[in-house]
Amino acid sequence: MISQVFILSSKGDHLIYKDYRGEADKDAVSIFYEMVTALSGDQPPVVMSHKDLNFIHVRQGGLYWVASTKTDASPFTIIEFLNRLAALTKDYCGSLCEKSVRMNFALIYELLDEMVDYGYIQTTSTDILKNFIQTEAVTSKPFSLFDLSNVGLFGAETQQSKVAPSAAATRPIMSHRSEQGGKNEIFVDVVERISVVIGSNGVLMKADVEGEIRVKCYLPTCSEMRIGLNEEFSIGKSQLRGYGMAVRVDECSFHQAVKLDEFDTYRILKVCPSQGEQTLMQYQLSDELPCAPPFRLFPTVEKDYGNRLLIFLKLRCDLPPKSTALNVSVTVPVPKSSLSLSQELSSPDQTADLQLKNKAILWSIPRFPGGAQLSALFKVEVPGLSSASLLEVGPVSMSFELPKHTCTGLQIRFLRLSPTHPGLSQRWVRYVTHSDSYTIRI
Amino acid sequence: MPYFGSEETVKDLKRALSNPNVQADRLRYRNYITRVIRSMTQGLDVSSLFMEMVKASATVDIVQKKLVYLYMVTYAGHKPDLALLAINTLRKDCADPNPMVRGLALRNMCNLRMPGITEYIQQPILSGLRDKASYVRRVAVLGCAKMHSLQPNTEIDPSVVNELYALLRDPDPVVMVNCLRALEEILRDEGGVVINKPIAHHLLNRLKDLDSWAQSEVLRLLLRYRPRSDDELFDILSLLDGFLSSAHAPVMAATLRLFLHLAAAHPAVQADALSRARGPLLAVCGSASRELRFAGLSHVQQVLRSQPAQYCSHYKRFFCSYSEPGYIRLRKMEILVELVNDENVVLILEELKSYCTDVSTDLAQAAIAAIGRIGRTYTEKCLDILTGLLALKQEHITSAVVQTFRDLVWFCPQSTGPVCKAVEGCDETPQDDEGKQALLWLLGAHGELISSAPYLLEGFIDGLKVEISSAVKMELLTSTLKLFLSRPAETQDMLGRLLHYCIEDEADMNVRDRAGLYYRLLQSGPDRTRQILLGPNSDPSMTVLTGRPEELVSVWASSFNTLGSLCGTGAGPENLPAEDSAHQVHAAEEAELGFGPAEQNLNTEPEEPLSDAAAAELDLTAGPPISHEAFERLWLDLQVVHQQVLEVRRPPEPPETLQAAFLLVKIQTLAFSRADAALWKAYVYSRAGGTLLLAELLQGAPEEPESEGMLLVSIKQQPENQSAVRNFISVLKRVLQTLSSNTS
Repeated sequence: MISQVFILSSKGDHLIYKDYRGEADKDAVSIFYEMVTALSGDQPPVVMSHKDLNFIHVRQGGLYWVASTKTDASPFTIIEFLNRLAALTKDYCGSLCEKSVRMNFALIYELLDEMVDYGYIQTTSTDILKNFIQTEAVTSKPFSLFDLSNVGLFGAETQQSKVAPSAAATRPIMSHRSEQGGKNEIFVDVVERISVVIGSNGVLMKADVEGEIRVKCYLPTCSEMRIGLNEEFSIGKSQLRGYGMAVRVDECSFHQAVKLDEFDTYRILKVCPSQGEQTLMQYQLSDELPCAPPFRLFPTVEKDYGNRLLIFLKLRCDLPPKSTALNVSVTVPVPKSSLSLSQELSSPDQTADLQLKNKAILWSIPRFPGGAQLSALFKVEVPGLSSASLLEVGPVSMSFELPKHTCTGLQIRFLRLSPTHPGLSQRWVRYVTHSDSYTIRI
Repeated sequence: MPYFGSEETVKDLKRALSNPNVQADRLRYRNYITRVIRSMTQGLDVSSLFMEMVKASATVDIVQKKLVYLYMVTYAGHKPDLALLAINTLRKDCADPNPMVRGLALRNMCNLRMPGITEYIQQPILSGLRDKASYVRRVAVLGCAKMHSLQPNTEIDPSVVNELYALLRDPDPVVMVNCLRALEEILRDEGGVVINKPIAHHLLNRLKDLDSWAQSEVLRLLLRYRPRSDDELFDILSLLDGFLSSAHAPVMAATLRLFLHLAAAHPAVQADALSRARGPLLAVCGSASRELRFAGLSHVQQVLRSQPAQYCSHYKRFFCSYSEPGYIRLRKMEILVELVNDENVVLILEELKSYCTDVSTDLAQAAIAAIGRIGRTYTEKCLDILTGLLALKQEHITSAVVQTFRDLVWFCPQSTGPVCKAVEGCDETPQDDEGKQALLWLLGAHGELISSAPYLLEGFIDGLKVEISSAVKMELLTSTLKLFLSRPAETQDMLGRLLHYCIEDEADMNVRDRAGLYYRLLQSGPDRTRQILLGPNSDPSMTVLTGRPEELVSVWASSFNTLGSLCGTGAGPENLPAEDSAHQVHAAEEAELGFGPAEQNLNTEPEEPLSDAAAAELDLTAGPPISHEAFERLWLDLQVVHQQVLEVRRPPEPPETLQAAFLLVKIQTLAFSRADAALWKAYVYSRAGGTLLLAELLQGAPEEPESEGMLLVSIKQQPENQSAVRNFISVLKRVLQTLSSNTS
């Protein structure tokens, strides 16, 4: 059972404090903050204890979400609860940041009051909570032109009319105001996280994909929704369906509300989505990608005359030509004693700089079309350069996002709401792949 | 935290709240109340507004009511007399036609923690228990627990307890779970809520209707239930089966814990449950939430204590990602070390090697230490990597490598030669205390193998005046003295200088005493000094190969899914099991040796002589290492199945070469006697075709004078398989012959 729940800003300001059982003092908040800021690297910081009080915290949106307990509770339950609290706060307030929590503190207190009683979790389902939550969310964002320029986050290339405005996904789910209340929208996102290790000889050493299908629903009443996946979708190594390119995952699990009676034959998920964000399905694929990894790197590292290190990188994007990678950044660790950097990049929108703190070159490429190849030449000044210093260059790590692309090939064939909703309703399907960890050894 | 002008703020608020104009305007009124709560959260003392807030509670605006209740619950303890004024409003609300208002009022009334409140809340709670709205019943049930905690020393009201037990059959699942929670608290002194057979089965049957939070809580309470018979046990387990692969991590973990607990007497069932939960647990380890990932990793570590082999093929899941925080990466490295086997060792080492140049020194050093731990089994590969790291000439890396070398030499004496060579080739000396001590220990213990040892020590002695750490000075004294015993001519002069400085000029009492002790020791002659100072230079227990015994599931099952498993740094290989559980561990180990699942499968397969498949099965395989004690026990229990004089002499190689050669052909070495012993013995073992082979090599056995100098091999086997023995002997002979011919 939970004794207290509190939310702190990264600077230690008390944003929310709720005491459920009266077992511990309010001092606990400052004790926690002192402990968490005094941590050195090797202590496990998720669970900390002070006397007989245990603190469990998660970090989301730059804030500390903390629960304290005096019993030996299940860590999974409490971590999951704090994550859920953060997700609900995001659902109700629109976005998750210090400002939105500050402005909506009355609403969050209301949520906490209904979610937990006397330290016992009562309910966290949006469907039930919405009957009890009375406070209206205050959104902080005034209209700005910047929002419109940001539109391309999930669909950069499409015509403006087909793209869901990004602001739509960051508004509160319960809005009584007229200009937003009329919008009945539902978003289905297929989000994949890819983690890859490529060896120095170019061989793919590890490739894992973790994916999920998320639904964000703004419909006030729920009707049954049917989501059709690729018919060739197969689970596990043995099962193969269809004759074309199979879409295969190793394991998948579903939200308990998903009905699977048509899944085996037609690959259809049936669900009555409740308001807010839910993860309907999670799946993993390890060690076998159906397509080539999105990026290949051809590096050359050599010692120039004097104390200069030459790093020549050729980076190829192996996506299909109509896809584009966004916000690509390449981090190349360099020897500890590196002083300065001069670079030759192939186009002016790219940037590269030497981060002395991390001892690495950061090369960022805002847009990288599929099939293209970019190159960069870095000259690093390293006093006392020896051949052993070359060992310190690498491994290169990359981060990027691939809109409209899934690595497993999972697609949503259709999205039907039945019975057809009156006055409805915009349905959006979005795909995105994020890099969880993309490492290329040199 | 006090703010400047806080009194002004409170005064302003007070004035505004009592202003009738504000009170008339609903929005403005609520706005001011919001400001009070905001100040309260920030730590401002606004208790002086209590009177005004009580007045504000009499409103129809539910949002305002909630805010005022929050305020009252916080300050009721400070102002009990004023809080009583609010009771009337609250009691009136408890009879409101709107169930939400009723529930809200009842919940907050029970939350007022002040003396004397119980007489006011008893009646509303009792009527709340029979309310037709489940929302109010939920609140009322927990209200019973709150009421009990307000007067802990009074007698428990049996009618309330009975009513709560009856409410376990409530149609609303949350009411049912709240009843369990309330009973658990009220009856804590009597051991908590009683879980008898009807209740347990009732809970199990309703498990599907509950939400995931309630499920994990009920599963935790069911730990207390003991099934009467095996039939009942298996009925329960099959009912719980689906929850084992739940997508909700809390439910999965709670179910697994219950499985392990209920099936404590059925190790096969436990193993099966662990392997079925592997997928979900691995999924948690890759979850998007870092904290959940960390919890998953910590629990994988626990499972590994019993079943290291289960996760070996999934080692790539534990490769670190550069964006992960340090605490996750450290856990992952600890796990990677446990997962090493013959197939994946190269890839794991390559991965760990890439962490060694990490920006964070902590992570780099941890990676080096991890390589060192793998080096206890795969010495050669790791020594290459570690020696290569010295070339980087970075202080923190050199220091960590030298410390790893020290540990490696201690655990695997066969690595002494290459280590000494590497230390000699390294011209960078570590600058931190730990690294210095490690280097000094190596110089002292193996100074005769490092030709530059006296010069290195001299460097330390010259810098003695600026050395701060007394631990380093003590280590310096010991190693100089040890080096003096092995290389007196080169060291005598500097030892004299060192002792003189430490006895005359040193301020630290411990160092001075130690120097005095050594001085007097030297006076009693070098032989006496040698006898006292020179202990073993390697791990004195006879095991050459250190393997970690597999623990019983029950050793850790009780801490599974508790906070404790996340706090500790996990059991490293150094944490050996306590003495009293040692015999259990050995029992488990023996079971594993003889009747492990893999071996069993092979045994049941029909023998197919002369077929390729059967021949392949007879190839030697390494398998998990066996501890010294387990080997000894087996050796004593079994009969010799085969004895033969090999037509070869003992190769003159040092034992470490012999061991490396054996390892190449998958024969593992347990122990050697010293090279100069009159009766030379070696114990080795291997696995083939589903059997375990134990062998003793003996040279100079007195009863066989005609085979003077030849090796006598005795083999014991479990279970018997003659063709495996023949194969083993031919491999053994081939190795020994190759070694002898190389040297002759």
